[in-house]
Amino acid sequence: MRIPCPFCGERESGEFSYLGDAAPRRPSYSAEAAEIAAPVADAFYEYVYLRDNRAGEMREYWYHGGGCRAWLIASRDTLTHEFRTVEPAAGAGARPTSVERP
Amino acid sequence: MRYSILSLARGALAGHRNWPRAWRDPSPKRRYDVVVIGGGGHGLATAFYLAREFGIRNVAVLEKGWIGSGNAGRNTTIIRSNYLLPGNIGFYELSMKLWERIEQDLNYNAMVSQRGVINLYHSDGQRDAFARRGNAMRINGIDAELLDLAALRKMLPFLNYDHARFPVMGGLLQRRGGTARHDAVVWGYARAADRLGVDIIQNCEVTGFVRENGRITGVETTRGEIGAAKVGMAVAGNSSRVAAMAGMKLPIESHVLQAFVSEAIKPLLPGVLTFGAGHFYVSQSDKGGLVFGGDIDGYNSYAQRGNMPVMEDVCEGGMAIMPMIGRVRLLRQWGGIMDMSMDGSPIIDRTPLDGLYLNAGWCYGGFKATPASGLVFAHLMARDETHPEARRFRLDRFRRGAMIDEKGQGAQPNLH
Repeated sequence: MRIPCPFCGERESGEFSYLGDAAPRRPSYSAEAAEIAAPVADAFYEYVYLRDNRAGEMREYWYHGGGCRAWLIASRDTLTHEFRTVEPAAGAGARPTSVERP
Repeated sequence: MRYSILSLARGALAGHRNWPRAWRDPSPKRRYDVVVIGGGGHGLATAFYLAREFGIRNVAVLEKGWIGSGNAGRNTTIIRSNYLLPGNIGFYELSMKLWERIEQDLNYNAMVSQRGVINLYHSDGQRDAFARRGNAMRINGIDAELLDLAALRKMLPFLNYDHARFPVMGGLLQRRGGTARHDAVVWGYARAADRLGVDIIQNCEVTGFVRENGRITGVETTRGEIGAAKVGMAVAGNSSRVAAMAGMKLPIESHVLQAFVSEAIKPLLPGVLTFGAGHFYVSQSDKGGLVFGGDIDGYNSYAQRGNMPVMEDVCEGGMAIMPMIGRVRLLRQWGGIMDMSMDGSPIIDRTPLDGLYLNAGWCYGGFKATPASGLVFAHLMARDETHPEARRFRLDRFRRGAMIDEKGQGAQPNLH
């Protein structure tokens, strides 16, 4: 498996470490959310534990520790290990999803 | 036909040409009491114990390929019960006790060999942790011995004891651990289940679930619709895909684990050796090949093959602890898809859908669990209540915060 890093070019996968699925977004959480504790707990449960675990194309986080040390988001086929696109993560995953009030 | 020394002698005299087939090849019936999805070790064991322990014989095992063609045929055949945490420790010891009588139960030679499992330690802290693990095992009636350097040197004189980073100080030994012949386990359960009336249906892929009033009432397959009062999933690395057909999302990621076997050499290793610090474990098969492996590759995969960095890492680990294997040639290498759960422990439970039951999350430790997994899953489906030894393996434990995190890694499946 070779990963086309947008900064360093194509490098072997041993230079990278893997975080996982880029889809889950951390729920927003604030002190006044106490009144909606159950939905917040549900949202965190889904964020921390549940995964689509897709067979096929999946967007995921990789870290190029052996190169530019940038966080990347790759689109990769989990059935073939083929990389479709690799782009800088650049905060794309940090956006929280808001928990709707019931 | 019952296998015995007499049947073997008769077979030998006939030149081994007249052995009857070990299990039938039936067409699927329209309806079963229980349908088990997945013809691996766990699915076949489930069917066997359903028929033998709970008298439910109208059972089908559906396998998309041929039985034992997934992880049951790809593992490194190790059996052990050297766990630490409540929930795991009793369950894996139940499995070990079933291994110890599996050949009598199945009338099949599964080649269970209790040749011992040694985990190496390399520091005072690690020795203390192993002492704690061994004590937990002994409190639970499981054998464990903490070996000091002299005792270990006597058993395994050839290790690289003076390794600069990980000097070997001793090991934790479970003498009752060892290996079993993985294919024979599959074939043995298949044959024994078939003799009790279970239909083993190969080349039959499940493509969907049949629902009535919110209840699962059967499965759609490539060989037509099959009705069932209860459906059990035992599909390992494909758990998320099958669950998705029922609209469920699981706390599981699928990862690839590689394993390796060398050319056959003369007897070298008396038992199973794990060098956890170096990401390497090894045993020697009866044919003489060194069977070894290490960590999972670390990225989601359904490809059943891994990549070079982990091969290099595993071989480096092997060279570090047993430098003399450097000139042994690698014979084969392969990958299997692990259902890595969020805490590293399995899930055996009902699902939110009536009539659908889940057996998943085995990570890279499913083989040793095969007999107990089958027994407790059969218990769950037959009686609709959890077996005492599986009461912590609930699907809702992640929501409740009741994880069984043997390795202490948190919800990061590629680190378990």
